[in-house]
Amino acid sequence: MRITIDNHTCIGAGQCALTAPGVFTQDDDGYGELLPGREDGAGDPLVREAARACPVQAITVTDD
Amino acid sequence: MTEAIAYFQDRTCPYHPPAAYQPLREAGPLTHVTFYDGRKVWAVTGHAQARALLSDQRLSSDRQNPAFPAPFARFAAIRQVRAPLVGVDDPEHNTQRRMLIPSFSVKRIAALRPEIQQIVDGLLDRMLEQGPPAELVSAFALPVPSMVICSLLGVPYSDHEFFEAESRRILQGRTVEEAEDARTRLEEYFDELITHKEGNPGEGLLDDLIQDQLRAGALNRVDLVRLAMILLVAGHETTANMISLGTFTLLEHPEQLAQLKAREDLMPAAVEELLRFLSIADGVLRVAAADIEIGDQVIRADDGVLFPTSLINRDGSAYPAPDQLDLGRSARHHVAFGFGIHQCLGQNLARAEMEIALRSLFTRIPDLRLAAPAAEIPFKPGDTLQGMIELPLAW
Repeated sequence: MRITIDNHTCIGAGQCALTAPGVFTQDDDGYGELLPGREDGAGDPLVREAARACPVQAITVTDD
Repeated sequence: MTEAIAYFQDRTCPYHPPAAYQPLREAGPLTHVTFYDGRKVWAVTGHAQARALLSDQRLSSDRQNPAFPAPFARFAAIRQVRAPLVGVDDPEHNTQRRMLIPSFSVKRIAALRPEIQQIVDGLLDRMLEQGPPAELVSAFALPVPSMVICSLLGVPYSDHEFFEAESRRILQGRTVEEAEDARTRLEEYFDELITHKEGNPGEGLLDDLIQDQLRAGALNRVDLVRLAMILLVAGHETTANMISLGTFTLLEHPEQLAQLKAREDLMPAAVEELLRFLSIADGVLRVAAADIEIGDQVIRADDGVLFPTSLINRDGSAYPAPDQLDLGRSARHHVAFGFGIHQCLGQNLARAEMEIALRSLFTRIPDLRLAAPAAEIPFKPGDTLQGMIELPLAW
């Protein structure tokens, strides 16, 4: 699994960090970012939920 | 086409959408309603359709567009002036939102939790000293978010009686003039406060905005004054209603409340379910900036579009048994905070406040009960944020 966050689209709602805190966080500017080492989703079943919770569809999840 | 029903109508039970809206759910996911001025607007009641349309940039939030629908008379007072953040589209909206998001991130709000807890504890101490009985709105539900947003923005809480009263006149004023007058008075208040802060910088988001944005020319003074007003009003009235109506609703669902008391880890899910079930901001509005095809229908440019969140959040295809309060369900993906680029900036703050306020209230006063028959307790009319006007409690 590969996860990307489009920072130009992100509005800092924090839904990803709230839904899947094991994979997503927010940087100091409030933008969503992936936790180090979790770029592949680390098998977390909440990754897709987090992508769906994003109000601006800034998260893309692709399967390898 | 059948007669489009009137919107907004008053709730008959404070936690259910008006029974008169039932035909909208049956005719959905896309149907029409009639506003007070006779204008027909689209009503989107389907959960999937609402999420798609709220993310569609062809729907505009520009209230100064003459085609923007007016849901009630006092809206005329709001639409005269350009409202930063909430009343503008991208790219302008995006520039303004980016100035604010660091202050409302999940991490920043987590760091605020001890302070929120302290505020909640202090208010509960006083309520317990002075009662029973207690009136929850004035003793707890309103002061909690009011004190928190004051601290976050850097607004003196000692002015709370003034700004709480003026906010209420904007949101519930009976005439256009009353709402307009309240808006002017709040603008004057913030203009003076910002002038004072320019000479005497303090610690708050407004001080940061003066320092980082106003001085740098990224934000003009008029926009800063209006932004301050929007953040203050949105920051306290909304959560105050969720705390008062949430408490009432839990007391009216004793089995659900018992579950919540027995399982502390249920609280975050319970807050989401209360947000879904209560949908206190029941009427998000947009105007179409272009023709939009959805299913086999076309929303034409300049059409008004209403998103009745109380109905969207009770779409049976998204939530089984949608009219039942079920604190254990996954209410995730509700649109109580809206959806798309304008989704509530303060949602993580609101969640933290609700969690701490409700947990502390029912932990400190486990035998809390209504001090009047439920049917006699007054709640807000349909054309404003939903919530209790008063909530008399005993223990």
